Amino acid sequence: MTRFVVGRLVGAVVILWLVSVLAFVLFFVVPKALGNNPAVLFAGRSPDPATIAGVTRKLGLDRSYVDQYWSFLRGVFVGRHFDSGSDRSWCPAPCLGFSFRNDQPVWSQIVDALPVTASLSLGAAVLFLTVGVSSGVLSAVRRGGLFDRIAAAVSLAGVSLPVYFTGLLLLLLVSYKWHIIDNVHYVALTANPALWAWNLLPAWIVLSLLYMANYQRLTRASMIDTLGEDYVRTARAKGLPERTVIGKHALRPALTPIVTILGLDLGVLFGGAILTERTFGFRGLGAISIDAVNTQDLPVTMGVTLFAAFFVIMANVLVDIAYAVVDPRVRPR
Amino acid sequence: MTDNHPTTEDRPAATDDRPVATDDRPVATDDRPVAIDDRPVAVDELVRVDRLTKVFPAGQGTFGRRRGAGAGVRAVDGISFSIARGATLGLVGESGSGKSTTGRLLSRLLDPTAGTVTFDGRDITRLPSRQLRPLRRDIQMIFQDPYSSLNPRHTIGAIIAAPLRVQGLASDSGQAMRARVRELLELVGLNPEHYNRYPHEFSGGQRQRVGIARALATRPKLVIADEPVSALDVSIRAQIINLLDDLRAELGLTYLFIAHDLSMVRHLSDTVAVMYLGQIVEIADRTTLFEHSLHPYTHALLSAVPIPDPASTRQRDRIRLHGDVPSPRNPPSACRFHPRCWKAQDICRTEAPPLADRSPAGSLGSSPAGLADTAPTEPRGPSPTGRPDTPPPGPPDTTPAGRPGTSATGSPGGPPRHQVACHFPEERTVI
Amino acid sequence: MSAPFLQVRDLSVRFTTDDGVVRAVDGLSFDVHRGRTLGIVGESGSGKSVTSLAIMGLHRRGRRVSIDGQIRLDGEDLVTASSARVRALRGQRMAMIFQDPLSALHPQFTVGDQIVEAYRVHHRVSRAAARRRAAELLELVGIPEPSRRLDDYPHQFSGGMRQRAMIAMAVSCDPALLIADEPTTALDVTVQAQILDLMRDLQREFDTAIILITHDLGVVAELGDDVLVMYAGQVMEHGSVADVFARPEHPYTWGLLQSVTRLDEQRDDRLRTIPGAPPSLITVPPGCPFHPRCAYREQAGPATGTVRPALVEAAPGHRVACHLPAEVRQRIRAEEVTPAR
Ligand SMILES: Nc1ncnc2c1ncn2[C@@H]1O[C@H](COP(=O)(O)OP(=O)(O)OP(=O)(O)O)[C@@H](O)[C@H]1O
Ligand SMILES: Nc1ncnc2c1ncn2[C@@H]1O[C@H](COP(=O)(O)OP(=O)(O)O)[C@@H](O)[C@H]1O
Ligand code: SF4
Ligand code: SF4
Ligand SMILES: [Mg+2]
Ligand SMILES: [Mg+2]
Repeated sequence: MTRFVVGRLVGAVVILWLVSVLAFVLFFVVPKALGNNPAVLFAGRSPDPATIAGVTRKLGLDRSYVDQYWSFLRGVFVGRHFDSGSDRSWCPAPCLGFSFRNDQPVWSQIVDALPVTASLSLGAAVLFLTVGVSSGVLSAVRRGGLFDRIAAAVSLAGVSLPVYFTGLLLLLLVSYKWHIIDNVHYVALTANPALWAWNLLPAWIVLSLLYMANYQRLTRASMIDTLGEDYVRTARAKGLPERTVIGKHALRPALTPIVTILGLDLGVLFGGAILTERTFGFRGLGAISIDAVNTQDLPVTMGVTLFAAFFVIMANVLVDIAYAVVDPRVRPR
Repeated sequence: MTDNHPTTEDRPAATDDRPVATDDRPVATDDRPVAIDDRPVAVDELVRVDRLTKVFPAGQGTFGRRRGAGAGVRAVDGISFSIARGATLGLVGESGSGKSTTGRLLSRLLDPTAGTVTFDGRDITRLPSRQLRPLRRDIQMIFQDPYSSLNPRHTIGAIIAAPLRVQGLASDSGQAMRARVRELLELVGLNPEHYNRYPHEFSGGQRQRVGIARALATRPKLVIADEPVSALDVSIRAQIINLLDDLRAELGLTYLFIAHDLSMVRHLSDTVAVMYLGQIVEIADRTTLFEHSLHPYTHALLSAVPIPDPASTRQRDRIRLHGDVPSPRNPPSACRFHPRCWKAQDICRTEAPPLADRSPAGSLGSSPAGLADTAPTEPRGPSPTGRPDTPPPGPPDTTPAGRPGTSATGSPGGPPRHQVACHFPEERTVI
Repeated sequence: MSAPFLQVRDLSVRFTTDDGVVRAVDGLSFDVHRGRTLGIVGESGSGKSVTSLAIMGLHRRGRRVSIDGQIRLDGEDLVTASSARVRALRGQRMAMIFQDPLSALHPQFTVGDQIVEAYRVHHRVSRAAARRRAAELLELVGIPEPSRRLDDYPHQFSGGMRQRAMIAMAVSCDPALLIADEPTTALDVTVQAQILDLMRDLQREFDTAIILITHDLGVVAELGDDVLVMYAGQVMEHGSVADVFARPEHPYTWGLLQSVTRLDEQRDDRLRTIPGAPPSLITVPPGCPFHPRCAYREQAGPATGTVRPALVEAAPGHRVACHLPAEVRQRIRAEEVTPAR
């Protein structure tokens, strides 16, 4: 098992490295090839050639790509200096560079935004998982019944309504009409857990609506399959109560595909639930990356992209390991 | 495995040192397909398999993940036999003994690791894939599952015509092709009007008939039937078995018949080979095999088959094997049957018994039991597992009869000989 | 003889499907005594599994399934009993083993856990005690190193060991009735022989009533005391194994016996066959359900295609459902059936 986990992790590192190369090429090589000098972007609206030269030097844009990539990689692990001749700044590890716009280290922006995104995605995941899976199970058990049909309709509505619609509607209701939560904003969990949850609740609901339908349908289909399996009949033949038959014997194997999708979804959510963050005005990774793209802030865009990739890849590794835990047949000997 | 005596020579030429068969052998009680007249070389062989081996590489675990390196699976391990034109060889043995793999090697659906396959006088072992197409015309397979082996989206007519198209045996447009398909439908006992129906409209037995019609479309010489009736109902089985029997007579087909059901094999085969963990442990004409078998494994296998007659089945000599077939990944040393054999002695664990000739008692002037005493006990090959890639070439077998051995079934000039791979062969009545 | 442990009377099971009503079991009656084995034979789709699931109460009752008649287990009718009551009996007084042990065992739980669970539903004991019991059971069914194998998963067992584990689970609560639905169909003959021996030994030890469902007449001849021949959900013939094999009364039984190849016979002629194929149970032929395939329907007169033959005693304890007069049947058997075998 240890060997298996280590093997997966090594694989993940290799993929991450490939992603970093890809990102580097995408953000630094391609623009240049297309005639967009990143230094011009950095230097402001109407830069004079001297500034551009300084910036070019500071960012090392005059050096070879291999050299630039190497500095970038060193920066991530041990930190690096940025030196424009006139000023010299130290960027500690993990260094993803400085924002073109506000000169803040990219990493500190990510660190600030991460708790917001994490609270949002994990909270929503708990919500859509519990509701999605349990209603999926119920639909499968009462297939064709009233609950099944209602759940199907609700989940269809859930996926088809866009977040900015449901989000704004909910915001309007709770904040302006009913005044349940005035001025929805992010409160750190460490500062006030109750307020943290209370303020995030509308966003959780909106985000969950989007995902819940998928999990409901997936669970339903998966449960219908396992309920027809011979081993479920065996469980009944033993005289187990129906509760155990469904909750243990049928649900456990049904969770396998759900774990897969959850891993992928969580990875993507951690990259930033862009629309939801925007709608509720949370400054999570999604909001940061949108701003960065809009303002052509290359280091931030690249930093957030790499960070998101890191989460997607880690989520996949966790899914693989979870597989092996859940299903002994996949487990290596 | 053919000749089992270690020598310093390398691989011998495939067949040229084979002895000319003589007809001084006693004629077994049942030899339907063989000699039509009395000339010494009467029957030509359609298939000859020599030290055929297939090793599946290790590390093909579930989900394509590599498992720790291992020796690989020796699914078929140096088997030799031949099938005379028009004859049927039955292949029996427990699950995993390598029966299907043998069938797929013969039809070149799998590439052999070692050994040779000669078909109709031609060595087809290393035919490049380009030249396989004409071969596919001559060798066809019938599979066990009549449900998954027919494409549900094609009509019966299209399914049966497919091999004709692939082989370019009939023009697409055609009247000729349609006529041929109708003819085939009729041949296998289906209504020619069913041409445009789909597989799901047919019962299991009818689907198996479609599978047979498809196999016969190219007028093959050899048909490999891998458990063709296992998935069918009792009453339908008999219909299909009769059909296979009739077709053999009508079209002069040669069969390799693979089945779990030993009584069915007895009914349909001329010669029967018993496989255990990739090797042939006993091979003989059907009467000898079912009534005078010598190998303990054959006895165990036969004694396990229930007979639909309560009076006799409950009074039989019961042999119960303990445990299951060991993994072919890691087969037991020397005689592979020794961990389950009640007659095993020390020698069985150290020396692999050669597949030696045990001709019927009368011809040798001694009883089969007597033969056991003088049985040669040379190991099969230089290594305990009898690795076939270093094949010991053939000085003649030194069986008591002194007759050279060519591990042959229905070999030229006479009925198949009785060959057993056991240090202590002994007759035992188990049926 | 004591009262039968299981009495089935006039059992009918119907499924409502989109294509029509499936009469899977139609008017089935039989008894099983403790310590005896009833073999049920018939081709696929003849209603064997539906019968066994009905006894175990494993059909989901509702709009789509209707069960009529009586199933009396030790005198108690299961058809009218509450589902909680039937569940309490399941695994406790009656247990079942299935055809394909790999799919019947849960792939994600260890063999030990699955046996422990079966035992603990019906017994208030600690996990440790149940585990000891599970090890004993594995030992009982002949699995070597039982304590170690408890922690294996089903896929780490061979086919034969899986079926042994399945049997261990089924007998964990000493059931008085064991239903085995084609327990050896998926196994090699050598392993089949081991499993049949095991069932015989367990029956001797625990005085179990066994229903052995199979399509293999040899297996019934080997293990059965009585045999019930089913066709299209109905009983064709029912009697002791000795009687039915020695003096089969029904044309369908004749067909079955003649169409199988036997290991102790070597024939060069063609096999006798039953023409056609079993009917769909949505459109069961009227009258005798076997009549479209029966070679003797002419001799039985016109009633054979319209009136369902009653199950009557041909000899004490030997019942048959056929319109042929007894003398005609005896003559045909003497002239055509017995000599052919
Ligand atoms: N593609 C493959 N890769 C690896 N191993 C294989 C492959 N095909 C077959 N084997 C192994 O080779 C051995 C022989 O298999 P084969 O299918 O020939 O057995 P068989 O005698 O036909 O069994 P059965 O009676 O179950 O059909 C088995 O151990 C099997 O697991
Ligand atoms: N749940 C079900 N719904 C509809 N038809 C069923 C159901 N279960 C079984 N049947 C039908 O009942 C008939 C008898 O089936 P079964 O008892 O499984 O046959 P067997 O004798 O092979 O065990 C078949 O025609 C089958 O298709
Ligand atoms: S050589 Fe013969 S006696 Fe010895 S173990 Fe093998 S089969 Fe048994
Ligand atoms: S009742 Fe008629 S059709 Fe049915 S089995 Fe008897 S003779 Fe044949
Ligand atoms: Mg096979
Ligand atoms: Mg069944």
